[in-house]
Amino acid sequence: MNRMAEVERPGPQGRIVALAGNPNVGKSTLFNALTGLHQHTGNWPGKTVAVAQGEYVHRERRFLLIDLPGTYSMNAHSAEEEITRDFLQSGQADATVVVCDATCLERSLIFALQVMEQTKNVVLCVNLLDEARSRGMQIDLAQLARLLRVPVVGTCAGRGEGLEELMDEVEYISHPASDHGIPREACTQEERVREAERCVAMAVTCRKEDPLAGQRRIDRLLTSKKTGIPLMLLLLGGILWLTIVASNIPSQILSDSLFAAGETVRDALHAAGAPAWLTGVLIDGVYRVLAWVVSVMLPPMAIFFPLFTLLEDLGYLPRVAFVLDHAFHRAGACGKQSLTMCQGLGCNACGVTGCRIIDSPRERLLAIVTNSLVPCNGRFPTLIALITIFFLGNAQGAWSGVLAAAMLLGVLVLGVGMTLAVSRVLSATVLRGVPSSFALELPPYRRPQVGQVVVRSVLDRTLFVLGRAVAVAAPAGLVIWLCANVSVGSETILSHITAALDPVGRLMGMDGVILMAFILGWPANEIVVPIVLMAYLSQGTLVEAGELDTMGQLLRENGWTELTALCTILFSLFHWPCSTTCLTVAKETGSAKWTALAVVVPTLVGVCLCTLVATVGKMLL
Amino acid sequence: MELPLSALGWDERAYISSVSGQPDMVRRLRELGFLPGTGVCCELISPAGSPAAYRVRGALIALRKRDADMVMVASDREREE
Repeated sequence: MNRMAEVERPGPQGRIVALAGNPNVGKSTLFNALTGLHQHTGNWPGKTVAVAQGEYVHRERRFLLIDLPGTYSMNAHSAEEEITRDFLQSGQADATVVVCDATCLERSLIFALQVMEQTKNVVLCVNLLDEARSRGMQIDLAQLARLLRVPVVGTCAGRGEGLEELMDEVEYISHPASDHGIPREACTQEERVREAERCVAMAVTCRKEDPLAGQRRIDRLLTSKKTGIPLMLLLLGGILWLTIVASNIPSQILSDSLFAAGETVRDALHAAGAPAWLTGVLIDGVYRVLAWVVSVMLPPMAIFFPLFTLLEDLGYLPRVAFVLDHAFHRAGACGKQSLTMCQGLGCNACGVTGCRIIDSPRERLLAIVTNSLVPCNGRFPTLIALITIFFLGNAQGAWSGVLAAAMLLGVLVLGVGMTLAVSRVLSATVLRGVPSSFALELPPYRRPQVGQVVVRSVLDRTLFVLGRAVAVAAPAGLVIWLCANVSVGSETILSHITAALDPVGRLMGMDGVILMAFILGWPANEIVVPIVLMAYLSQGTLVEAGELDTMGQLLRENGWTELTALCTILFSLFHWPCSTTCLTVAKETGSAKWTALAVVVPTLVGVCLCTLVATVGKMLL
Repeated sequence: MELPLSALGWDERAYISSVSGQPDMVRRLRELGFLPGTGVCCELISPAGSPAAYRVRGALIALRKRDADMVMVASDREREE
């Protein structure tokens, strides 16, 4: 079956170029460097699963670049391999660039030889030349070209080196009149290996004795029995601490200016003779929820995300998977699930999509269903705010930041523990089976492209959250305001709703307002706390500033205790996934049953845990 | 003397003598470069002992013990003799 859609040629003179290669050879970096298209490239194997397309213009000619998924072979053993093979065999590409890892040339060449058997007009791109050089490896590109009888270009895609030459070669070889290189004769895997070995022996010279000794020392420290797990917790805790400490200042500034601006607008509206209900809708409804989201929720998200992306770019996440694999193995899951779990820390919807890297359908479902058991970026601000308000006690200054980070880390560890426990239960019941075999490549550490990561994630992330705040938080604020101000019978609609939800909420240690906020917060987790505040505010008390102190005061006035905060934290950790995640699960599994399970499982965990904690807590207090 | 890959300790080197077992995994291992005659070195062992990571043809590949048991190796010294 040909799963590849027909690719549209970019104009009559335009050419189609396929980009193929092993996972983690810098293929996506090269793709981005050539097309300038924003596509996330993480430093772990198999990250690029969807087929991305992008265009570039070289010498006034348009080239359509197809970024095929990274694979180790073309035996059509997985979906990625099938896509790659089908596309190359369809003959749609005028040229194919096979990207090789200069530091791991032998294995790259085995794949390249296989590609050359499927299609002609191949250009070999030896990428990561800088990395190879720093390891004391010299690669004779001309010799390689002679041996393989295809054009060979050396590049350092991260720095943009060699791209011009690569585009020249691609232009030359993709010319319709040119008939460069017929496909190689098909041969066995053994013959390919011998050929690759011969090429490497004749074209690569290695000077340094052990170029990776430094990295290995670090790796030993990060994965050994004594230091592996403590260092992992310390690293994550450090990131959380930075997030908490660094978001205080922008939070303060944003809150002061946004709430002051709100009052200015209110005065202006009043002066212009606007009716009181209009001011109410706009300022107390829409604007205030927006201001809460932007000032309290946005800064931690805008800081955590780039920090986490840096760690990902560095290549640390596969080490996490390596250290945690045994636990996942015992839970009947795939070791790569820790990668998708880590992705979930950034965004659960991304984590669910990331589950494509897991080959076994059973293990993939396990990873999808349990993904939302770790808190995403959007839930961090809620957790941080509640921890800061209720659990820091009299801790002051620097110590309070450390304490808050430690508690947040504890919440994360609880999420990971629950992921393992639920995976284990599921693999003993509805997703029964034994763990399949797997091999995980641990790519070398690479210097992250700091500037690019920070600019891209701050801009993309901030704009994304701001956009969602406008699209979701503003209407939610409007609904809340209307509910609080329109009466049916003697009570407002809001009172009717919260009264109806109150018994269930109380059972779980919360109240009707909080439960309603979680329901209304379905489209975006970051609006849960703002909705709670809005609902309390609309019921009488008037608080102007968006600072945590005043927020705490408001919550306590509405009957919150430490137990309420704890249950809210737990429910924030374990409840239904946000709407985007639900849609993604439905798309990825193509099944209503599994989507329902992905909603029911975390909700059930949350309801049970909160009820338990609330019951025990009330008995003790 | 032949022994399974999983028996290698930190920094121990050996040559692969055979790869056999479940066909899908054998094929995957071969694609990753685990082929008879290839040199391997055990570089990392996780806290629980499984998985461990092996350097093979320039790449570092983590395998669970059960999968590493499918690869038989002969010690370095023997090959030299």
